[in-house]
Amino acid sequence: MNKTTAPSSPSLFDTPRPGSNLPEYSVGDLSRRLKKTVEETFGLVRVRGEISDCKVHSSGHVYMTLKDETAVLSVVCWRGQVGKLAVKPAVGMEVVCTGHLTTYPGQSKYQMVVEGMALAGIGALLKMLEERKKKLAAEGLFDESRKRALPFLPEVIGVVTSPTGAVIRDILHRLADRFPRRVLLWPVAVQGEVAAGQIAAAITGFNAMPATSNAAGLRRPDILIVARGGGSVEDLMPFNEEVVVRAAAASGIPIISAVGHETDTTLIDFAADRRAPTPTAAAEIAVPVRADLLQQLAGMDARAQQSMRRMLVERRERIHLLSRALGDPARALEPLAQRLDERADRLQNALLVFMDRRRGLLREYAGRLRHPRDVVQVAAQRLVGLMTRQQAAMRDVLHKHQIRFEKMDVSLRHLSPRAVLGRGYALVQNASGQVVTAAQQISKGDVLSVEFYDGKKQVRADD
Amino acid sequence: MSKNASALPADIAKLSFEEAMTELEKLVRQLEDGKAKLDDAITAYERGALLKRHCEAKLRDAQAKIEQISLSADGNVTTTPFNP
Repeated sequence: MNKTTAPSSPSLFDTPRPGSNLPEYSVGDLSRRLKKTVEETFGLVRVRGEISDCKVHSSGHVYMTLKDETAVLSVVCWRGQVGKLAVKPAVGMEVVCTGHLTTYPGQSKYQMVVEGMALAGIGALLKMLEERKKKLAAEGLFDESRKRALPFLPEVIGVVTSPTGAVIRDILHRLADRFPRRVLLWPVAVQGEVAAGQIAAAITGFNAMPATSNAAGLRRPDILIVARGGGSVEDLMPFNEEVVVRAAAASGIPIISAVGHETDTTLIDFAADRRAPTPTAAAEIAVPVRADLLQQLAGMDARAQQSMRRMLVERRERIHLLSRALGDPARALEPLAQRLDERADRLQNALLVFMDRRRGLLREYAGRLRHPRDVVQVAAQRLVGLMTRQQAAMRDVLHKHQIRFEKMDVSLRHLSPRAVLGRGYALVQNASGQVVTAAQQISKGDVLSVEFYDGKKQVRADD
Repeated sequence: MSKNASALPADIAKLSFEEAMTELEKLVRQLEDGKAKLDDAITAYERGALLKRHCEAKLRDAQAKIEQISLSADGNVTTTPFNP
């Protein structure tokens, strides 16, 4: 120990005790010494760590804790500095903070006062961008349905980029080649901490302009190009900022984004209506080639004239053809006259043939006709014949009947029971008039009627 | 004649270049098709000529004018010529 090392307040520590040459500090003294040492030694440091805690105080100051595997560090960012940070601190972020260390004697603590903060390493940056992209996509800011069609031929083109550098020159040059237009350049910083705010304000500012020319001859552009040349991922960061992406998504004017090289993609590309690989390409997308259009127009004019000419020629030819086809009316009648003659001839012939045939038929029918007198005579002869035959037949029939009758009369007479009685038989009847045919039918004393061929006699049975 | 040339019908004057071009293309196709009645074809041809004039006027207006936006203290937008 150096004996010359004296306490800062000798009035309080003027007598070192025996056996100890250590100076004796008051707490405040030590704290002040410590503060001085710390602030002098760590006046400007960069420290890397993961944000494990992050609170925004109502005062606007942000209190964080940085950690790694072995230690933690309190970090504070004063209100005025918060907006200038390149990244918005969040728990879990791997960051590199720039600032100085100080102590807080009231609590025996030390902490870092942050002035700058950046994401640690490209991986952490990309991870953060991926998460931001997901978040904004979830809000629908990148939806295809939000994309508007670009105007075919814008009259006023708004460009948001740096007024210096190759980008604006490339754009103007390509526009002049294709179709010179009115260009409104809204100058912005395209990198650094202020860039995002300026770019967003430019997009919003263009949208706020009147739709038709105002007194100053200014009007809202028909299309916007937001452009920047190539650069590192960190350089392009402003075009990844939420404020820029939201301004682009909210723009009523269609936007072409052209940030960095073809391989670079920033979040504004997703919110824009078209992404151009380069600023030059953005100019190509924005306007058609005037010379091509003039040629196209002349071509259409030529086609229209040719069509009209052809149409007139065709009509004329058709009229000519039709008039030829019509021909001489008299000649059109000749075949008809001939046909008429022919028909007239056939008609006459047909009449003659018809008459002939009828005459023949008449003759035939006339030959077959008889005189009524002859008819009557024949009929009378037939009548006489018939009458004669009828009388003969009648006579015949009568004669046959006579013979049959006589025969039957004889038979009839033979068949009569009375005729049998004549030959010695008698007919016996009982009192009730029934014919008695057997002896058994007769009882003693019965009165019987016995009929003989010449009359009846009453008899009485004896046994 | 020049007076006549300036009098484009209002419905054509308000067409965008692309709309006028599209309609012109349609009319030309119709004419090339050759099926239209002669009267209709003449009407189409006349309208096509007006559309072409309208398009030409839009193409003639091809002056580059480059301005840079600046914001005045009160927030108003003004422009100054820009020379890269």
